[in-house]
Amino acid sequence: MSSTTLIGQPTSRVDGAIKVTGAATYAGEFVVPGLAYGYVVNSPIAKGRITQVHSAEVLALPGVLAVFSHENRLPLPDDDNCYMDQLAPGGSPFRPLFDATIKFNMQPVALVVAETYELARYAAAVLRLDYEQEPHQTDLSKQRGAAFKAPHQANGFYDYPPSRGLPEQAWASATHRVAGDYAHPTQHHNPMETFATTVEWRGDGQLTVYDKTQGTFNSQQYICNVFNLKKENVQVHSYFVGGAFGLALRPNYQVPLAVMAALALKRSVRVTLTRQQMFSLSYRPLALQHVKLGTNPDGSLATLHHEALQATSQFEPYAETVTHWSGVLYRCDNVKLEHLLAPLDVMTPVSMRAPGPTSGLFALEVALDELAYETGLDPVELRLRSYADRNGLMDKPFSSKKLRECYQQAAARFGWAQRNPEPRSMRHGDLLVGWGMASGVWDSSQAEAGAQATLTADGKLTVVNGVNGDIGTGTATVICQIAAETLGLPLSAVTFRQGESTMPAAPVQGASWTAGSVGTAVQKVCRQLREQLLTLAQQLPDSPWRQAGPSEIEFTDGKLGLLGQPETQISFSEVLRAHRLPHLEAEVTASPDAKRQQQYSVNVHNAVFVEVQVDPVIGTVRVTRLVEGVAAGRILNPKTARNQVLGGMVWGIGAALMEETVMDHRFGRFMNHSLAEYHLPVNADIRELEVIFVEEEDDIVNPLGAKGVGEIGILGVSAAIANAVYHATGRRLRELPITRDKLL
Amino acid sequence: MNDDQDSPSTGQSTLPAASEITAAPAAFGKYRAPTRAAFGLTSPVETSSVHLTINGQPREFHLAPWTTLLDALRLYAGLMGTKKGCDHGQCGACTVLVNGTRINSCLTLAVMQQGQQITTIEGLGTATSLSALQQAFIDHDAFQCGYCTPGQICSAQGLLYEGKAHTEDEIREQMSGNLCRCGAYVNILAAVKEVVDAQTA
Ligand code: FES
Ligand code: FES
Repeated sequence: MSSTTLIGQPTSRVDGAIKVTGAATYAGEFVVPGLAYGYVVNSPIAKGRITQVHSAEVLALPGVLAVFSHENRLPLPDDDNCYMDQLAPGGSPFRPLFDATIKFNMQPVALVVAETYELARYAAAVLRLDYEQEPHQTDLSKQRGAAFKAPHQANGFYDYPPSRGLPEQAWASATHRVAGDYAHPTQHHNPMETFATTVEWRGDGQLTVYDKTQGTFNSQQYICNVFNLKKENVQVHSYFVGGAFGLALRPNYQVPLAVMAALALKRSVRVTLTRQQMFSLSYRPLALQHVKLGTNPDGSLATLHHEALQATSQFEPYAETVTHWSGVLYRCDNVKLEHLLAPLDVMTPVSMRAPGPTSGLFALEVALDELAYETGLDPVELRLRSYADRNGLMDKPFSSKKLRECYQQAAARFGWAQRNPEPRSMRHGDLLVGWGMASGVWDSSQAEAGAQATLTADGKLTVVNGVNGDIGTGTATVICQIAAETLGLPLSAVTFRQGESTMPAAPVQGASWTAGSVGTAVQKVCRQLREQLLTLAQQLPDSPWRQAGPSEIEFTDGKLGLLGQPETQISFSEVLRAHRLPHLEAEVTASPDAKRQQQYSVNVHNAVFVEVQVDPVIGTVRVTRLVEGVAAGRILNPKTARNQVLGGMVWGIGAALMEETVMDHRFGRFMNHSLAEYHLPVNADIRELEVIFVEEEDDIVNPLGAKGVGEIGILGVSAAIANAVYHATGRRLRELPITRDKLL
Repeated sequence: MNDDQDSPSTGQSTLPAASEITAAPAAFGKYRAPTRAAFGLTSPVETSSVHLTINGQPREFHLAPWTTLLDALRLYAGLMGTKKGCDHGQCGACTVLVNGTRINSCLTLAVMQQGQQITTIEGLGTATSLSALQQAFIDHDAFQCGYCTPGQICSAQGLLYEGKAHTEDEIREQMSGNLCRCGAYVNILAAVKEVVDAQTA
C-alpha cells in the first residue's frame, strides 16, 4: 500500500510556472539554425484548376528561396493510403500541392519560402496564380439529393445508428407530440495558437519536426508515408500545444508543406498559418436536423425520431455521432435515427470538442423542453420519466451512471424548485429572466498506451510517454500525481517527460481518454518499480521485510517499510545504493480489458441549469448563472478537471449566443474569417459558472476509475440556454446561434 | 500585407475596383490574379535601425520597416513569450507594456517604438521569482493551454498600473481585450481580483 493521497487532490499544475513566465515553447517557436520562413498562398476560388503560377516574378526578389506549387513539388505518392492518418475517415484525403485541382476555397496552392518572415509574407502577397474556375456547391440545403448514409465505422465509432421498435406507429398513437427542425451551424475551433510546424534539417539525413499536434505518432506516421521516409529519420516533438480542441487530431497542411520545403531546400523551415488561414482548415460541420417526440400517457417517451443531414467534403466522408446519443440518453422503445452526409466543395470537417452530441443533443434537448411545455411536466421530471438504466442503442448496461444525482445536486444548487414555468413570468428590473436546463452524455474509453520509468539513486522518478505536449488538459500534472502516489514519492520527486515520437506510444489525444489511458500505463509501470524495489529490499541482509507479502508493505515518501511500523522503513535510495545500482527501470504497455469493457456502455453524463437575462428592447442575451453537475467517475484532479468543465461551459455559451462561420455561397468561402467577425466569448460575457462533480465509482472504465472530462462540459449548455431564452421571452429558437436579429 | 488572400475578387490584371470585389462572379471562367505592381515595391529587404529597451536591456535591431513590434520581439529579440494569436489586434495574445501601458504589439511597428521601454512577460518574473500575478494565475488555475497567458498577465499588469478596475465587473470588462479560447475566464478573474484586492487593501 502507499499512503500518500495525491490522486484526487486539487494540485496546481506542474508546468504552471513555465506557462506564466512565457517559457513554454510552442511548435512555431523553436529556434533552429539557418531557419527559413514559409508562407502559404491560398486559393481564392472554390473549384477549378490552377492554370499558371507566376513564380518567376517572386523568385526575382532577393532573399526569396523558393516557390513550391504543384508544378515543382517533390515527388508524392499517388496512393490514398499514404495520406491516411490514424483519423482519416476513408475516401481520398486532401493532398496539398499534388496537382492543379482546386477542391475548396482557401485550399493551399503554393508555399513561398524566404530568408525572413517579412519577406515570405510579402512575396506570398504578390505571387500571382491564374485559375480556370468551375461552378461550385457549398450550400447544404441544396445538396439533399446527393446525400448518403454516414459510414460511422470508418471514424472509429460504432456503426450507422440503428433504429428500434415501431417508431411510426408509436408516433401515430402518442399522447403528446412535438416536432421541429433544428440547425447547428458551422463552427471553427480557433485555438489561440495558430497552426505551425518547424522542421529542423539536421544535415545527417534526420528531421526533427516540432509540430502542433494531438498525436505525436500520428504526425510521424503521416510524414513518413507521404515522403517515403524511415521512422528512425523523422522525430516529431510536441511539448506545448496552444489549444487544439480536435483540430490537431489530423495533420494539417502546414505539416507536409514545411517538410517538403525542408527536404527540397536542405535547410530548416517553419510554416505558421495566419488566423485567416485557420479558417481554411477543418471545422465542425453544419447539421440540419429534424426531431419528433411523442409520449405515453404517463409522460415517458413513446417515440423519438432524430434525423440529421451534415456537410462533408467531396473527397472524404467525415461523420460524427450526431443522432446516436438520442438513442442513448433516454429510455424509449421506438426510436428512429438517421444520419446523412452531403458532399460539398469544402474542406473536410473534423472532430471539434464533443463532436456529434454538441450538434445532436442541442436539437434533442430543445425538443424535450418543448415536450415539457406540451405535457405540462417540469423539464427535469420529464427527463426522469424516461431515465435510461441501460444504453438502449447498444443494448448494454452502463458501467456506472449517476445522472440522476447530477439532476438533483445541480438543480438544488441552482434553486430550480423556485422556477415559475410560465414564459415571461420572471423579471429582473426591465430585463426578462429565463431558467432552462438540459443534459448530456459522452463516451469514455481507454486506449493502449506505453510508459517507461526510471528511479535514480537520488530518489527521483522520471516517467516517460510520447503523448503530445499539454493541450491545456493538465495531463502532466495528473500523470505526476498518479506516479507519485503509486510509487510513494512526494510530487516534487517526479518528472514527466512527454511529446517525442521516440518515447513509448500513446493514442492520439482526443475523446477525453488520455488521462485514463496514459495514466493507467503510468500506474502499471510504477507498480513494477515497487515490485523491483521490494524484491531488492528483501535481498538485503537482516531484512525485516523478508517474509512480508506486498500487501504488508507500505511505500511512502520515498521509503518502504512494514505497514504501520515506521521504524522498519528504508529509503529507495538506500535500497539502490546497497545494491550498487545507479537506477531502476521499467517499461510497460497497458491495454484496456476490452472483453470486460465491451460488456458495458461506459459513459459520462451531465445536467446543466442556466439563468439568462434578456433585454426585451434590444434583444441582448446574457448568461448570468450556469450550474453544471457532472458524473465522470473518479476525478483525478478537481482543480484541472473543473477548469476543463468551465472551458466547456464557455464553449457552450459561445455556441449558444455567437459562434458561427458564415459561408458566402457565391464564392464558396467562409467570410467571417477573423476573430473580429467570428465571435468568441470574452471575459465580460462570462458570469457565475459552477461545477459540481457528482460522486461516481467505476471499476470498468480503467483501473483508475476516471472517465475523462474534456468533452462533457460543453454538452447541454447551448440547449439549456435556448430553453432559458424561451422561458424568458416565449420565443422558441431552434437555430444557433441565438443572435439579436433572430430574437427581435 | 496579404489582403489578396483575405478577400476573393474577380478582377482582371490590376487590383479590382471595390465594386468588383463584392460582386458575384458574373460567369465562371478564367480567374486572373491581380498584380501588385501598383505597390512599386521591388526591394522589400531594405532595413531600418531600431533601438528598443526590452526588459531593461538596450537592444538594437535592423528590420524591414514594416516589421511589427510583435515580430521584432519574437523573431529578432528571441523573446517567444509574447504570443501571436491573430496579428490583427483582435485577440490580445501579443499584449506587452510600453512605458507601463498595455498595447497590442501586433498593431504597432517596431520603428514606431524607437527608444521606448518595452516590458514583456519575460520581464515580469521568472520561475524562481514569480510576480504576484504569475503566482495568482498558478494558484487559481487561470489557464489551460497557456497560449493566451502571457498576454493576459501583461494585460492584467497594465490594468493594475491603470488603477481603474476594482470590482469584478470592471475587471471582466477591462480584461475583455484578451481572448482565452480554453475558456479560463472565471479563474482569470479570480486571479486578477486577488492581486487587485491585495494592492488596494
Ligand atoms: S496577436 Fe495581437 S491582438 Fe492578436
Ligand atoms: S489558456 Fe488556452 S487560450 Fe487561454
